[in-house]
Amino acid sequence: MEGWDFRGGFPIVRSGTPPGTHPADLALPRMWTKALDTHTQSFHKAPLSWWVEVLKCLEVGRPGAANRGGGDARKRKVGAGEWRTRCPGQEKDRGCAPSPNSSAGQRQRLVGCSSARDSEPDFEGAVSVGAPHPRNEELRNLSLSGHVGFDSLPDQLVNKSTSQGFCFNILCVGETGIGKSTLMDTLFNTKFESDPATHNEPGVRLKARSYELQESNVRLKLTIVDTVGFGDQINKDDSYKPIVEYIDAQFEAYLQEELKIKRSLFNYHDTRIHACLYFIAPTGHSLKSLDLVTMKKLDSKVNIIPIIAKADTIAKNELHKFKSKIMSELVSNGVQIYQFPTDEETVAEINATMSVHLPFAVVGSTEEVKIGNKMAKARQYPWGVVQVENENHCDFVKLREMLIRVNMEDLREQTHTRHYELYRRCKLEEMGFKDTDPDSKPFSLQETYEAKRNEFLGELQKKEEEMRQMFVMRVKEKEAELKEAEKELHEKFDLLKRTHQEEKKKVEDKKKELEEEVNNFQKKKAAAQLLQSQAQQSGAQQTKKDKDKKNASFT
Amino acid sequence: MDPLRRSPSPCSSRPSSPKTPPCEMLGYVGIEAVLDQLKIKAMKMGFEFNIMVVGQSGLGKSTMVNTLFKSKVWKRTLPGLGMSTPQTLQLKSVTHVIEEKGVKLKLTVTDTPGFGDQINNDKCWDPILGYINEQYERYLQEEILITRQRHIPDTRVHCCVYFVPPTGHCLRPLDIEFLQRLCRTVNVVPVIARADSLTLEEREAFRRRIQQNLRTHCIEVYPQKSLDEDINDRILNSKIRDRIPFAVVGADQEHLVNGKCVLGRKTKWGIVEVENMAHCEFALLRDLLIRSHLQDLKDITHNVHYENYRVCRLNESHVLPRGPGWVNLAPTPPGPPATPRPSKACRRAHDNSENDEDY
Repeated sequence: MEGWDFRGGFPIVRSGTPPGTHPADLALPRMWTKALDTHTQSFHKAPLSWWVEVLKCLEVGRPGAANRGGGDARKRKVGAGEWRTRCPGQEKDRGCAPSPNSSAGQRQRLVGCSSARDSEPDFEGAVSVGAPHPRNEELRNLSLSGHVGFDSLPDQLVNKSTSQGFCFNILCVGETGIGKSTLMDTLFNTKFESDPATHNEPGVRLKARSYELQESNVRLKLTIVDTVGFGDQINKDDSYKPIVEYIDAQFEAYLQEELKIKRSLFNYHDTRIHACLYFIAPTGHSLKSLDLVTMKKLDSKVNIIPIIAKADTIAKNELHKFKSKIMSELVSNGVQIYQFPTDEETVAEINATMSVHLPFAVVGSTEEVKIGNKMAKARQYPWGVVQVENENHCDFVKLREMLIRVNMEDLREQTHTRHYELYRRCKLEEMGFKDTDPDSKPFSLQETYEAKRNEFLGELQKKEEEMRQMFVMRVKEKEAELKEAEKELHEKFDLLKRTHQEEKKKVEDKKKELEEEVNNFQKKKAAAQLLQSQAQQSGAQQTKKDKDKKNASFT
Repeated sequence: MDPLRRSPSPCSSRPSSPKTPPCEMLGYVGIEAVLDQLKIKAMKMGFEFNIMVVGQSGLGKSTMVNTLFKSKVWKRTLPGLGMSTPQTLQLKSVTHVIEEKGVKLKLTVTDTPGFGDQINNDKCWDPILGYINEQYERYLQEEILITRQRHIPDTRVHCCVYFVPPTGHCLRPLDIEFLQRLCRTVNVVPVIARADSLTLEEREAFRRRIQQNLRTHCIEVYPQKSLDEDINDRILNSKIRDRIPFAVVGADQEHLVNGKCVLGRKTKWGIVEVENMAHCEFALLRDLLIRSHLQDLKDITHNVHYENYRVCRLNESHVLPRGPGWVNLAPTPPGPPATPRPSKACRRAHDNSENDEDY
């Protein structure tokens, strides 16, 4: 029978009262069948104390009825109260808790705390009777004989958390113009400053804005991350990548802080995404393939809550078909959306009823319209007014309940214990750390670190060597080139010199020749002059003779 | 929890760091429901508390623990009845689960029989420090695993109650040595044991002298002055610091006084009532440890002492410590790593100018 846990042969169930089933009233066999009946029929379960009484009757159980742990006083059902008075010898404050098991085990069954595997229904206040307790130390249950006072512990814890404040980060994924900003405004009853995005973005960008809200004495650091430009491109193949990168970056930042030596985790501003609201366009048919792909990539990293945006465009009957189509598509594609926790009895009921309405069809509006004699948030159309907070009109109230008033803490816890741990495990394994050797000896991180360090150093050295060698080679090459050039130059110089010499010689030769010529000419000139002067002289003499003759003749 | 409760509580925007703009909320959203959620979660998980009592034998440690938690945590140890005082210091721990009004508490009490009982008490604090560090080490090992558990079992000692024998003079050298070493690793609350052997004036004088001694030797006991967060804390803690060490009397037998059944010690000259503030300060100790500061003790252990230990450990070995399977192969440091004054990681930055204001 599913959901039952048989330990030591005795079924352990959750608390809840089937009326009129005091073990003293029923004969034993009937009791069992009744219990089995109630389980198979519905979700009712017998109270733990009832079972203990059963066991007492069988003289196998532990003495004293178990106290129903957990839950507010107002939530305690009437049956349990009756129990208290009927149990013999029990005083008011007698606290005697059933024994937990496995103090250092994987499931911390500290008297009724549940392990957080979400699909397994865990049982509160389980009495493991007759079963061997795998525990390391001796765990006795003590009965208190007076009021000690540690019932103020939850209050102390809450005060501490209140003084520190809470962080909550929401990621809104959806096409441009689908109503993300308006919905955030409506959810938190404020006007977050933002301009509407354009449709011209070249790629998907994530824009994160932080706000600080305060309500009575609770401070909330709210961060809203918007996907700008989602679904606007022509080629949407890589639309999901920036989102996944952003989420991983937040996990990485936290991991880095956690791995630091000097760290301060208690006042670390947690930026990990706690909830992802996925806005589905109200086509009325089915999910788009972009939606499926994106959700599939995100489901292991973040708590996804799908919602149908602008739900006032869908008629009621279409809405129902649309919702079931979406859910069946999600299931058939294996997309893991966030499951509202149903193991804690105070919220199990409300969570179970709300889960049926997933995905929530919401309408967002910050404008107020007068309805009746009150102002309410609504959208006004010529054919009517869609009231945001009217459950018949849309599921906005349910979304607000689920997201903020009932499950905020659980969302944060899931992010930390499931998604973050998964990321951390993958990251550390990627870096090469293991918990145990293949030889199943405890694998020391120290050795891993040393090994990795040496590896890196070796690589570094090798690279250095390579570079050095290349450098040397290059230098040699350059040197050879230069030498070549030098040689060439020398040769050229020699050549030039030779040429110069030759030319010079030629010139000298010419000069000599010329000089010789000049000399010759001079000689010739001198000879000619001499001749001429001689000739002249002889001529002058001749003339003189002639003259003398003439003169003589005259006489 | 009424889901549709819509009481229009006026919400004010709170001035915050310049990065995050405060927002004016126009109506009730329901954020404060997260407190309820937290409470429910905490109650479901249960709480853990580990306390250690240190002191010489015969000072009434076991009785005190029984009185604090109003139950038979320890069986009464009567000396000379076949139980000899141990030769070396041993540590005995016992774990119980107690429940009150739906709140479950897993209480671990560690006793140290044999402390200070030998003739030569040199280094008698080593086993205790070793134990405390071992718990830190265990937690650290769990924390650095790749596949971690969802909830790491917390065995670290949250509070150490040190019993000062009521000599009436001042702290003995053994006390001073021990307190000096221990106050850096764990939250120490010193108490004057068997305070019914001192008159009220003697008690006050003894208390003042002990406080003087603590100041002289720079021993910071819980609540630590340097870890006060804001002005409210400081005021509250100053009042407590004024009364430390508490003069306590432990008793687990009930007697009839004025028609009421009270816990007390019956002597020939009267009945010392444990819960009577005029007789002893047990109620103050109980309130401090359990009713008001239990979560604070755990927080300081986790955020300050454990972080200090982690820093020292990682710095020493330059790497993360060895893998799982806590085996004493690696030479872990025998006592606290020798750092003269490890800087306590301050929880919030606060100006030191107000330190010497009202002490």
